[in-house]
Amino acid sequence: MAESAAIELRGLSKRFGHAQEQVTALDNVSLIIRENEFFTLLGPSGCGKTTLLRLLAGFEQPSSGELLLEGTSLAGLPPYRRPVNTVFQSYALFPHMSVADNIGFGLEMQGREQAERAQRVQEMLALVKLHGLENRYPAQLSGGQQQRVALARALANQPKVLLLDEPLSALDLKLRKEMQIELKRLQLETGITFVFVTHDQEEALTMSDRIAVMQHGQILQIGSPKTIYEQPSRRFVADFIGESNFLEAEYIAANDGWAHFRLPGGVELSALEDPLQGYRNGQKVTLVIRPERASLCDAGSGQLQGVVENVIYLGTDTVVYLRLDGADTLFQLRSQNQYGAATALGVGDHVTLNIAPEAVRVLTD
Amino acid sequence: MNLSSRTDPLWRFAGVRPVTVLFFAYLYLPIIILLVLSFNLNDSATIWTGFSTHWYGVVLGNDDILRAASNSLLIAISATLLATLAATLAALGMSRNTGAAQQRSTNTINGIISLPLIVPEIVTAVATLLFFVLLGLQLGLLTVIIAHTVFCIPFAYLPIRARLVGMDASLHEAAMDLYANEWLTFRRVTLPLLWPGILSGAMLAFIISLDDFVITYFVAGAGATTLPVYIFGMIRIGITPEVNAISALMLIVSIIFVSLSYLLGRSRSSG
Amino acid sequence: MKRVGLLLPALFMIGFFMLLPLGLMAYVSFLERGVNGGVVWGSYTAEAYIQFLFERDLDDSLLLNTDYLQIFLRSFTLSCITSLLALLIGFPVALYMALQPKPYRNLLIFLVTVPFWTNLLVRNYAWILLLRNNGLINDLLQGLGLEPLRMLYTPFAIGVGLTYSYLPFMVLPIYASLEKIDLRLVEAAFDLGADRRRALTRVIIPLALPGIIAGTLLVFVPCLGAYVTPELLGGGKSLMIGNLIQNQFGAARNWPFGSALAFVLLGIVLLAMMLYLLRFRRTPEETT
Repeated sequence: MAESAAIELRGLSKRFGHAQEQVTALDNVSLIIRENEFFTLLGPSGCGKTTLLRLLAGFEQPSSGELLLEGTSLAGLPPYRRPVNTVFQSYALFPHMSVADNIGFGLEMQGREQAERAQRVQEMLALVKLHGLENRYPAQLSGGQQQRVALARALANQPKVLLLDEPLSALDLKLRKEMQIELKRLQLETGITFVFVTHDQEEALTMSDRIAVMQHGQILQIGSPKTIYEQPSRRFVADFIGESNFLEAEYIAANDGWAHFRLPGGVELSALEDPLQGYRNGQKVTLVIRPERASLCDAGSGQLQGVVENVIYLGTDTVVYLRLDGADTLFQLRSQNQYGAATALGVGDHVTLNIAPEAVRVLTD
Repeated sequence: MNLSSRTDPLWRFAGVRPVTVLFFAYLYLPIIILLVLSFNLNDSATIWTGFSTHWYGVVLGNDDILRAASNSLLIAISATLLATLAATLAALGMSRNTGAAQQRSTNTINGIISLPLIVPEIVTAVATLLFFVLLGLQLGLLTVIIAHTVFCIPFAYLPIRARLVGMDASLHEAAMDLYANEWLTFRRVTLPLLWPGILSGAMLAFIISLDDFVITYFVAGAGATTLPVYIFGMIRIGITPEVNAISALMLIVSIIFVSLSYLLGRSRSSG
Repeated sequence: MKRVGLLLPALFMIGFFMLLPLGLMAYVSFLERGVNGGVVWGSYTAEAYIQFLFERDLDDSLLLNTDYLQIFLRSFTLSCITSLLALLIGFPVALYMALQPKPYRNLLIFLVTVPFWTNLLVRNYAWILLLRNNGLINDLLQGLGLEPLRMLYTPFAIGVGLTYSYLPFMVLPIYASLEKIDLRLVEAAFDLGADRRRALTRVIIPLALPGIIAGTLLVFVPCLGAYVTPELLGGGKSLMIGNLIQNQFGAARNWPFGSALAFVLLGIVLLAMMLYLLRFRRTPEETT
C-alpha cells in the first residue's frame, strides 16, 4: 500500500514561560503521520500530547521546528486557515446555537451556500446517527449526543486531518466503549486521518493503527498496538501500557539464537537474541515479562520459584502475586480461569513458573 | 441529594433563623411603611387617614420634579452607554491577557478600574469638583455625565469580566478551528455569549447613576439638578406627603427594574 | 498593541477624571485658602493640617482645638459600632441563607440585594418617618402608654441608619465565602465529636474569615465617609467626617482644609484596604 505523509513534524519544540520558569512542553519531536491512519498520541498528563495537538490545530505556535501538512509548511497560519479540525475535550459546542447551526458553522464561515450547508448537516446527522435533533440546543443533549455533534461539526468540513483531544474522557465506561467502535467506523468510512490524544492505554490499543508513546515532551516509541505491547523499547513504555514484571539481570552469553541472563539469586533466564542488540559480558539489563506470559508448571520444569502472597479472582482471569525466592520484588502472574490451575492456589503455596524465551523482552535503559 | 444545602435538624444553629426573620423585617419595614404612607389622603406625612393617589398627582404636576427627572434620565442613559462601552472594551482587552508574566499588569489594571469602588464617594466628589474648577469647566450636565461615567465603569466592568472569565476558552478556539477569523469569532461567538454580562453591567450602571446623590450634589451646578438632589432639597425643607410620593416613586421604579433583571436572569439560566 | 487600545478608554476615563483629580486634591490641601473661597495657586502652606488640631489665637499662637478630632473620633466610633452590629446581624443571616435549598437561597439573595439597588437617600428618609418625635415609633410607644423617646438627630439615629444602609454589604461577602465551604468538612467536625457551637467556631468561622473581613471592610469604609445618613438623621448636630468635608466646600469656603480632610480620609481607607490585601490576597490558595 502506497502511503504518503499527511503530517510531518521536523524537530518541533514548544517552550512556555520566561527564562527562569521555562517549561519545555515539547522537546525536538520529529514524526510522520501517514494519510488515512488512526494515529494516537498516548501518555500521562503533562507529557506534551495535547500541546502537540494544539500546535497542529494552530492554537499555539512552535518555539522551533517545522510542521508540514501534505508537504506544505503550516508556519504562521492561524487556525482558521488550516484544513484541519478539532474535537475538543469539553466538546466546545456553541451554547447559543442549535445543533444544525453548530454543525454548519464551519461551512458558513467558509462562505458555502445555505442549501449546500443544509444538505451537509443532514448527511452529518445521518453519519453520527442523530437524525431529528437538528433543532435542539447543546444543553438539551446528553453527553454522548454532544460528543456526536462535536464530531459531526468537525467532520462536516471534510478536514484533511481530524484532531481529537481526549474526546471520550467525559463519557461513562459503557458509552466510551461504544464510541471507540463508532470512532473507528467513522475513520474508516470517511477516510480522514485521525490524530487522537489520550492517556487511556486501552482506548489507544483498541482504535489505533499506530501509537506514539510520549513522556516529558518526547516520543519514546512509535508502532502498531501489537508492537508497542509486545516489544516495548523502553521501560516507561512497558510500564505505562499494560502490566509488566521487571527483573534486573546481567548478560552472560548467547548461543543458538538465544541470549542468556542471570538474575541476582543465580537463576538464569533466556530470551530470543536480538540481532540488532549487542550485549557486553556482565551488562546490566532489565527483563520485562508480561503477567500472562508466565505459566505455572511442575517443580523442576520451570526457572522461577516463589511463594504465593495474594490471589485475586477477576472473573475471566486470576491474578497471583508471588514473592520470588531470593528477590524482594513481587511477581505478578495472570492466568485464564478456563485453564484452572491458578484458581486452586492459596496464600503460602510454593509454586514454580516457566518463562518461555519468547516471553522475555530485554531492555537496556 | 443536594450536597450544598442542609435542612436536617443537625444544622439548626441556635438563633440563626429568628435573626434572619428580624433582619428581613428591619430591611423591608421602612420601605413598606414609606410606600403605604405615600398613598395617605391626609396632608400630614405620617398620620394615616385614608387611601389616595392625590400626592402622586401633585408630584407628576410639578415641573421642577419633571425637569429633575428628565435630567436624571439623560445623565443615566449617557453615562450607562459610555461606561458600558468602555467597560466592555476593557474586559475584552483583559481577556487577551493570559500568561503568568502578565499577571502583575492584570492586577494593576483591575486595581485602577475598581478604584471608584474603593475611594469614598465624598472624596471622589471633592477631587472631581476641584478638577473641574481647575479645568475651568462650567458645572452642568456635561460634568455630571463625565463624573457618572467614571464611577459607573467598574459596576459595568465586573459582570462583563466575570462572564468572559467564565466563558470556556475552547469555544473561542473552536470557532477559529471552524474557519472563523478573529472578527467573525467575536461577532458570532464571543459577543452573543457576552450579551447577558453586558446587559447586567449596563443595568447596574444605570441604577447606580440614577441613584447617585453625593457626587452629583458636588458637580451638578444649578442647571443640572437631578432627582436625588431635588429630593434632598425637599427633605431639608420639611417632611411632606409630596416627598413621600416622590420617594415611593423612586423606590417602585428601582424595585421593578431589579425584579425584571432578576426574572430575566432566571429565565436565561433555566432555559 | 491591540490590547492596550481596548483598555485605553476605561483607563483614560478613570486615570484622567479620578486619579489626576485625587492628586490635585492632595496638592490643593497644601495651598493657602482664598479670601472669598477657592485657593491661592502657588502659595504653599501646611495650614490646613495645622488647623485640624490647632486654632490660631489673635497673636498667632497655636491653641489646641479638639473639635475636628472629636468629629473624626465620632466617625470612627460610629463606623466601628455599625460594623460590629452589621457583623452580629449579618453572619447569622448569611449562615441561614447558605444552608437553604438552592431556589429559596436565590430568592433570599435577591431580597438582600434589592435595597442596594434602591436610592440611599430615600431609604434614609424612610427612617425619618419612623424616628422623628411624632413619628411612627413614638406613636406606637404612646399607644402603649409609654413616654415618647427623642431619637431623630442623635448618634443613635445615625447608627440605625448606617447599619440599615450597609448591612447587605456584610451579608453578601460572608454568604459568598460560606457557600464555598465544602459542607462535608463541617460534617467531618460533627463526626469527630464537635457540637454545633464548636463546629461553628472551629470550622465554619475560620473558613468564612475572608468573607467576614471583606464584609466588615465593605461596611466600615462607606460608613467612615458617610454624608447622607448623618446629614438627614443626625440633623447637622452629630457631624461626621463627610459633613465636615462638605461644609468646607459649602458654607465654610475653605477648600484647602476640605481637601486635607478628604485626603486624610482617603489615607485611612487605603491603609485599611492594604492591610486586608496583605493579609488575604498574598495567599490566594488559602482563601479560595
